[in-house]
Amino acid sequence: MVAHLNRKRRDPVRTRRKVKTLKINGLDVSGTDEQTILEVARENDISIPTLCTLEGLSNIGACRICLVEVEGARRLLPACATLIDEGMVVKTKTPRVVEYRRKLVELLFAEKNHYCAVCVSNGHCELQQLAEDLGVDHIRYPYVYPELNVDATHAELGVDHNRCVLCQRCVRVCDELEGAHTWDMMDRGENTRVVTDMHQNWGESKTCTECGKCVQVCPTGALFKKGSAVGELEKETEFLPYLKVMREEQ
Amino acid sequence: MEKVKIGTIWLDACSGCHMSMLDMDERLLELSERIEMVYGPLVDYKTIPENVDVFLVSGSVSTDKEMDYVKKIRENTKIVASFGDCAVTGNLPSMRNPVGTRDILQEVYSQEGNPCSQLPGMSEDTPLPRLLKRARPVHEVIEVDQFIQGCPPHADLIHLIVSELLEGRTPRRGIRTMFG
Ligand code: SF4
Ligand code: FES
Repeated sequence: MVAHLNRKRRDPVRTRRKVKTLKINGLDVSGTDEQTILEVARENDISIPTLCTLEGLSNIGACRICLVEVEGARRLLPACATLIDEGMVVKTKTPRVVEYRRKLVELLFAEKNHYCAVCVSNGHCELQQLAEDLGVDHIRYPYVYPELNVDATHAELGVDHNRCVLCQRCVRVCDELEGAHTWDMMDRGENTRVVTDMHQNWGESKTCTECGKCVQVCPTGALFKKGSAVGELEKETEFLPYLKVMREEQ
Repeated sequence: MEKVKIGTIWLDACSGCHMSMLDMDERLLELSERIEMVYGPLVDYKTIPENVDVFLVSGSVSTDKEMDYVKKIRENTKIVASFGDCAVTGNLPSMRNPVGTRDILQEVYSQEGNPCSQLPGMSEDTPLPRLLKRARPVHEVIEVDQFIQGCPPHADLIHLIVSELLEGRTPRRGIRTMFG
């Protein structure tokens, strides 16, 4: 009953949209069959915390912060990557999902080295904001402290893997909007990293157009503009949906 | 009314949390009528006192000596609060953790051109506290009842939480503050 991902949307042959009605937190709402639970929730002022999703980019369900309960589904489902369906009953704030979200955020802090006090994004960071929203006051898991590097070979931009939450926004914006596909992922599990080109230094990348979109969409200080001091880097993502529309019209 | 016994300590930290405490300004006078400071950087008391009501622990646990301190504090205290981000998350002291103890001492104390050839706290008979393998947030070592976030925590936040603690409440999760 539950359809994943919004593939349909990329289908060039647009079939007629169908209206679906469903319940979110007891409220009767409706949307078209091309919309995700998250989109319909937002249209109705129901907030669901998110991290990897970003308006203007495709949805890949990478972070699971947006998990919701759907009646009849055994697992919790990512609201950003689940299409609505007729008669669906969705709950976004049950103790179970709230606890799962908290755990996910705590695990993100535990698995990398987020020294917020000396980070360029301190105070403007989406990960910090999530922790605050979810009432995280300490990390219940032992910190891993992996040895990670910083690639500062690019003249103006840099990547600090200590701060990367693997949301893949950089990968998507570079591929889907800039069309360069400089960023990608390598390895798996705890060794997963974002890479430029075939794991070459960013500064030597043949494909990077130096547009800087990846820096703007990165939710943490992992991608940064060189020369920014602590807490100085504020990112802007509002341009994305417009850019997407413009590209599509071309 | 009997005064509430309060202790504060700074472990591996920069003292900023205590400076921020002083930023409570005239509110300190109000508080001083209700509390008795039994331990802290400005109190000349050599051992952790017994029967403490509230202990504010700032800094991460980074040496064997600090480990002894926090254990004693837990034994002798009703409510232990992690005070500031170094205590809550490990923060800057924990930046050495991915590097390793020996390597970081080597880097700092015996760089080329540095006349000091010994690594402090590494020999068997040293009187100095020894660095633990990792700088750790306080709650990884002892049970913690309250977390006061910030680098340093804002004076208003300290005042709010200390006032709640004086009333015998531990306001976990009720207060919104930036994490990390
Ligand atoms: S570098 Fe930033 S945008 Fe890219 S995956 Fe990591 S956190 Fe996400
Ligand atoms: S926001 Fe939905 S999975 Fe990341």
